[in-house]
Amino acid sequence: MIAAVSLACVAHATDITGAGATFPYPIYAKWADAYKKATGIGVNYQSIGSGGGIKQVTAKTVDFGASDMPMKAEDLRKNGLVQFPAIMGGVVPVVKLAGVQPGQLRFTGELLAQIYLGRVTRWNDPAIAKMNAGVDLPDGNITVVHRSDGSGTTFLWTNYLSKVSAEFKSAVGEGTSVKFPAGVGGKGNEGVAAYVQKIEGAIGYVEYAYAKQNRLAHAQVQNASGKFVQSVSATFMAAAADAGWKSIPGMGVVLTNQAGDNAWPITGASFILMQARHEKSETAKEVLRFFKWAFENGDRMAEELDYVPMPHPVVGDIEASWKAITDINGKPVL
Amino acid sequence: MSAVLRAPIPVVRQSSRHEHAVMETAFRGLARLAAILVFALLAAIVASLVIGSLPALRKYGVAFLANANWDPVQEDFGALVPIVGTVATAAIALFIAVPASFGIAVFLTELSPAWARRPLGMAIETLAAIPSIVYGMWGFFVLAPLLQQHVQPLMARSLGTIPGLERFFAAPIMGIGLFTAGVILAIMVIPFVAAIMRDVFELVPPMLKESAYALGATTWEVVGSVVLPYTKAGVIGGVMLGLGRALGETMAVTFVIGNAHRLSASLFAPGNSLASALANEFTEAVGDLYPAALLELGLVLFLITTLVLAASRLLLMRMRRGEGA
Amino acid sequence: MNAVYLRRRVLNRVMMLFSYAALAFGLLWLLWILGVLAWEGAAALRLSLLTESTPPPGSDGGLGNAIVGSAMIVATGTLIGTPIGILAGTYLAEYGHRGWLAPATRFVNDVLLSAPSIVVGLFVYTICVAPVGQFSGWAGSIALSVLVIPVVVRTTDDMLRLVPNSLREAAIALGCPTWKMITMVSYRAARAGLATGVLLAVARICGETAPLLFTALNNQFWSTDMSRPMANLPVVIFQFAMSPYEDWHRLAWGGALLITLVVLAINVGVRALMRKPA
Repeated sequence: MIAAVSLACVAHATDITGAGATFPYPIYAKWADAYKKATGIGVNYQSIGSGGGIKQVTAKTVDFGASDMPMKAEDLRKNGLVQFPAIMGGVVPVVKLAGVQPGQLRFTGELLAQIYLGRVTRWNDPAIAKMNAGVDLPDGNITVVHRSDGSGTTFLWTNYLSKVSAEFKSAVGEGTSVKFPAGVGGKGNEGVAAYVQKIEGAIGYVEYAYAKQNRLAHAQVQNASGKFVQSVSATFMAAAADAGWKSIPGMGVVLTNQAGDNAWPITGASFILMQARHEKSETAKEVLRFFKWAFENGDRMAEELDYVPMPHPVVGDIEASWKAITDINGKPVL
Repeated sequence: MSAVLRAPIPVVRQSSRHEHAVMETAFRGLARLAAILVFALLAAIVASLVIGSLPALRKYGVAFLANANWDPVQEDFGALVPIVGTVATAAIALFIAVPASFGIAVFLTELSPAWARRPLGMAIETLAAIPSIVYGMWGFFVLAPLLQQHVQPLMARSLGTIPGLERFFAAPIMGIGLFTAGVILAIMVIPFVAAIMRDVFELVPPMLKESAYALGATTWEVVGSVVLPYTKAGVIGGVMLGLGRALGETMAVTFVIGNAHRLSASLFAPGNSLASALANEFTEAVGDLYPAALLELGLVLFLITTLVLAASRLLLMRMRRGEGA
Repeated sequence: MNAVYLRRRVLNRVMMLFSYAALAFGLLWLLWILGVLAWEGAAALRLSLLTESTPPPGSDGGLGNAIVGSAMIVATGTLIGTPIGILAGTYLAEYGHRGWLAPATRFVNDVLLSAPSIVVGLFVYTICVAPVGQFSGWAGSIALSVLVIPVVVRTTDDMLRLVPNSLREAAIALGCPTWKMITMVSYRAARAGLATGVLLAVARICGETAPLLFTALNNQFWSTDMSRPMANLPVVIFQFAMSPYEDWHRLAWGGALLITLVVLAINVGVRALMRKPA
């Protein structure tokens, strides 16, 4: 019986498992679906949050991890990991207010910080009304929605708020899991979107694909150049245009609050983490083959969901960096 | 017994008796092993929780239980918020479930026509059969919006105006939170407590009840003055069983409790319970201290539920031995 | 009619009304929850629910892989836990008349029976997942078997103790060795009860989500490989329900309805078994 069981385990085609950020989950799921139709290999991605992705790939319980918060070079070395960016997107504030349309409300970074600090608690607060003269704001409570799990999206959001509000930086700080002074915690981008969908008067932050797919009312934010911009792929791309990818080891660039009239202030890249040395080089090869395929064929799918695919010159640098992923003898896997 | 087996019976062959002896030892040994395994399982669970939470135990000590912070970045963990959430939701649940279960048990034993007793009892027990994830989904999609839009504002406007109680019904009202979790736990706990109450009520000797009726007591007086005093140990045991279930429930609570690591006096505020914190955060806890802190939460939960359940069993055992008379 | 009598009568009336109201209260929730479940779940009931695997958001699909995965994990968990449970229950009822092991095991068993299932999930993660570095269907099965064992031990113990001693004594008087007496007399007499215990355990683990969160994880494709993460219905329902996508919500309700139907069917089966003369 043991022989039969082990045979059953071996006879299966190499499916690869990944886990991590919910930020890129819609596009990874779409790529995986198309990849399976094209090659028959399944990429099983579980969106459990960036924190989970880092933990699982370090513990080697998954073949690759995904995180929106780039790891510092020393941590990469310490954990024996290799990091590369796979996709970019924008984090947008979303609200549920009767009568408010997507793209209608305007916020400054400072105002968002005040809301998330729990200082501005009602929708008809003068600070909000000042910016939104034409909008009929109700006299209701603001229900703040944040993440309950370790999240790269939270990192991007709090990183931006810390850059624009010194009070937020000292009171809360930035990170994948911070101590929010107010509000309800949703699990994953999905959980935040689900709460904002249900609770009247809620405000949350999600990756733009979640806002678009679920027709949530996203808002305009004022960028570093003082202009109010909408969250569309053009503004995400503007923010990503001058990113110095090669300047930081592990390509861990943070794209929030970039200069530029048309730049979306809360843009970020989502990173893939893999072990540097692999005993089972076959699965590592499959992972890299998947991403190579995605870089070559996945651009249009990404744009349909308003993600920003990695620019082609950067893809070249990324694939060159894959030489660091080796088998136990030091030979590059791909 | 062995004397019977060893008595000389000319027909039995030596080898057959030897086979029997081997089988006997084997079977008995296997059964004994299984019983020891049950023991070992409990010991293993406790050991794994303790060993896993050693880093947190060493760093925080007993102060862990009183610390209201939960900061994975600064590595400052404390169990106070989840403990308060667990206890608060269980308290709300019992507050609603105990009177309701009592009413149901009284109905099933005293008021119900004989033909309806079994089907109604089965209907109530069906509540216990519904999987907890269904409760969670129903709570999230149906109950929470209802509470947010109608019930909770009503409570805030009425009970919240009583001086001294304002804090407990303070805004913001979002539907999800401790109160909603408590209501769902109440519904989940009712079948257990009602079934036990009904069982112990039925243990009361009919003669005692009939004597009271013969003296002209009303039904309520019989229940209050004869049945309840006789069964008080059992009733308390049943309530504690319900409490144990409410303390340990995970999925239904995780859907509607709001996942906020903050203390608040308001019942309508979001919070966290020991089980929901584990469900939400365990798969992604990185580092040494974070998983250890979570495992310590699991250890606290296990200890609390074990104590409550041990107490409940003792009380129920006393009841069943007829010490309530 | 004096005041005391009136007050007693009114009090009685009030309390009786309260009792009726309590019953109505309990039945209200039952009907409401089952009603909503049937209404929402019916919309998802179609053949594709069983034949297609879980889709990414925005595509069509079903719950086939989750159903198959759950069936495998539940079956394996039951197969692992039932023999241990029956043997331990047998020890308690048949062998454990003297000594400390039996009463202590009964107490420990009760503790295990009421242990929060998420704690069991943590335990199995620490011993099965972390050391191997792999989420797997096996780990999920082991977690479920830990939940099966106390239920089966309890019912086996209770049911075997209901078997009248006269049957046992008759067997022994005929020279039957103990093990044979247990298997041929006790088990046979209590077989309906033993089957009930196993069915109740299955009903319990069908709907368990928490222990599978950290052990079997989930899988969006068809997979019958127990040594890797495995799709299972409760975790899929949890993930889909907490998401903002309408089509995922529909599938979640469908899955919830399926699980509830299976559990209720098992409960009905158990009642039918128990009603037959032993």
